[in-house]
Amino acid sequence: MTQLQKTSFKASDYRSDNTPIWCPGCGDFHVLLSITKALVELGTAPENVAVVSGIGCSSRIPAYTNCYGFHGVHGRSLPLGAGLKVARPDLTVMVMSGDGDGFSIGGNHFLHACRRNVDMTYVVMDNRVYGMTKGQPSPTTEPDWDSALSPGGTGLSPFHPLVIALASGANFVAREFSGDIKGTTRTLVEAVRHPGFSFVEILSPCVTFRPDERAWKTQIHAAPVEATDDPARAARRIMTDDGFNVGVLYRGNRKPYNTHVKDTAGDPAILEEEFEI
Amino acid sequence: MLKQLEGSVAIAETVAYCRPEVVCAYPITPQTHIVEGVGALVKSGVLSNCEFINVESEFAALSVAIGASAAGARAYTATASQGLLFMAEAVYNAAGLGLPIVMTIGNRAIGAPINIWNDHSDSMALKDAGWIQLFAESNQEAVDLHIQAFRLAEELSCPVMVCVDGFILTHAYERIDVPTQEEVDAFLPPFEPVQVLDPTEPYSIGAMVGPEAFTEVRYLGHQKQLQALHLIPEIAKVFQDVFGRETGGLVHPYRTENAETMIVALGSINGTIKDVVDAMRESGTAIGSIGVCSFRPFPLEALAKALDGAKRVIVVEKSLAPGLGGMLTSDVRMSLLRQAIPVHTVIAGLGGRPVTGVSLTAAFELAVNDQLEDVHFLDLDHAAIEHEVERSRLTRKSGPTAENILRRLGSGV
Ligand SMILES: Cc1ncc(C[n+]2csc(CCOP(=O)(O)OP(=O)(O)O)c2C)c(N)n1
Ligand code: SF4
Repeated sequence: MTQLQKTSFKASDYRSDNTPIWCPGCGDFHVLLSITKALVELGTAPENVAVVSGIGCSSRIPAYTNCYGFHGVHGRSLPLGAGLKVARPDLTVMVMSGDGDGFSIGGNHFLHACRRNVDMTYVVMDNRVYGMTKGQPSPTTEPDWDSALSPGGTGLSPFHPLVIALASGANFVAREFSGDIKGTTRTLVEAVRHPGFSFVEILSPCVTFRPDERAWKTQIHAAPVEATDDPARAARRIMTDDGFNVGVLYRGNRKPYNTHVKDTAGDPAILEEEFEI
Repeated sequence: MLKQLEGSVAIAETVAYCRPEVVCAYPITPQTHIVEGVGALVKSGVLSNCEFINVESEFAALSVAIGASAAGARAYTATASQGLLFMAEAVYNAAGLGLPIVMTIGNRAIGAPINIWNDHSDSMALKDAGWIQLFAESNQEAVDLHIQAFRLAEELSCPVMVCVDGFILTHAYERIDVPTQEEVDAFLPPFEPVQVLDPTEPYSIGAMVGPEAFTEVRYLGHQKQLQALHLIPEIAKVFQDVFGRETGGLVHPYRTENAETMIVALGSINGTIKDVVDAMRESGTAIGSIGVCSFRPFPLEALAKALDGAKRVIVVEKSLAPGLGGMLTSDVRMSLLRQAIPVHTVIAGLGGRPVTGVSLTAAFELAVNDQLEDVHFLDLDHAAIEHEVERSRLTRKSGPTAENILRRLGSGV
């Protein structure tokens, strides 16, 4: 009860007792920290936040929060999140995914979630590898990255999530680096506040299967220009940048998806109805 | 050649010697080591003339295999659990089109609740998709069945799943006789597709078939399975001639002479069952067992014959038809249509729960004394069940079951 009335929170209020089983040094620890800090700034009570995920190391994140968590099947986090949001528009919905979960097996949903523009925030912890299944290439992996499941490299051009999000209708597009907690927190706050579908790609190193990604912290730099509301301009910039500039890259004005489910959460009369005999 | 190898690695080597021309896969535990093993052999050149494609999902993996097979290539893939279910539509498609794809299943449970460990829920969910399903009892048999599977698939124009218990076999290191390239070549002829891209006669496959012919197409699929009942033992015999090992076939009877109590099971659990049979025979119980190697087609006659004379049958199953009991049991009962033998189900090893000889012995002894229930859940934690049922009765919105049971176990209440 006391929690329901609380209006200000600490980062620890958003953390569960579960100890993360990520490898020491995994970028996802920082993402978790940034999420909790962003929620503090947003001031949304943990029970008013739904953290939805699929399967992967990154997708373990709901269990580490004190929010309403949903660990779905591999690749289905976006439609799951959309269902949750249209049924309970009052909740802040954060869908958390990895580059495998979100762009391989769940790639199709990514396109349509951008198009649908439901008001939620999609965070992909991109480590350019499948961490959980121990080191196979994902759609964002470099074409010459050698592994047992890609003898000599896939030879395929990497998927460009930010551009695809823009082309598909996402309303807010940003890139961050997990190690930059301040920047990531700021962007997540903005992403949640921005109406419609917000997409934040967080470069989050997999230190175990991509130790080379430890170098990311030296390669990251702030986006050289202000975010634009022109998707074509944003796409051109993103396609020609070095892949390491971080910050908000696009803020759109598209009208979010309109849900028709009656919002029951805040209405005491409707709540009481349930308990009438 | 005898080698001390992980099951997955031995399977990968063997598959490579079967010379698939297209291999496509998406990783999932406990299948990953198998496809990574094949990938490594492509890279090292052991398997040449093979396109190894890393795809974006299982649905894509089997769809690529379907395309390749339809164009006349020998195609292979592997998966497990959620991955098999995700490709379900393509599983039916491959069978309906009569494409001789071979697919390894590293048998694993299906969620929710998510579970990476072994049981047979995955391949059971697709048992009637029209594929042949062969279950390996050991890693040696897993290796041997793959070689037989390609031949069977191609002779029949029917896809074959080789079901290998996840972790128990895929991740176990064992002494395995891995065949050489020459031996495999001597047994498995190059693929002669019945369906090729013939420039003199281009045609489309995948036609829409209405009520006027759908039943006939399905009937032919049924007939193909019946044909396989003859072909499987024949191929096992040829295999034995070439390799000197008895593997595959329809059923593996063990100490069934004068057995009053008969155990029937699929896969690696037969190892433990045989140990229990030995021990119980030792103490004077007339008990024997039958490992079912070919689950699809189901060997109704072979089983009826092998079970003839038994007083009771106990089917040990690593999957569950909720509300009914066992799926293998239903089929075993079907084989006993003309024999009045009671058939019990023992549900065991779900989600990787260890199946011990002690628990099996206890269940079999109950059966011998005519005290075993029709459907018995081995080592069921009754206190956990009662607690959860009571909790959900008392609490109006009782919340997620799995999480509540785990919380209780964790807190030791
Ligand atoms: C249908 C299905 N196929 C495959 C898997 C196995 N699997 C689990 S996580 C994963 C990839 C995870 O990669 P990513 O989303 O990038 O997350 P990371 O572990 O790198 O954080 C795969 C292939 C699965 N659980 N379900
Ligand atoms: S395997 Fe990689 S992604 Fe997974 S926890 Fe370890 S470092 Fe993180």
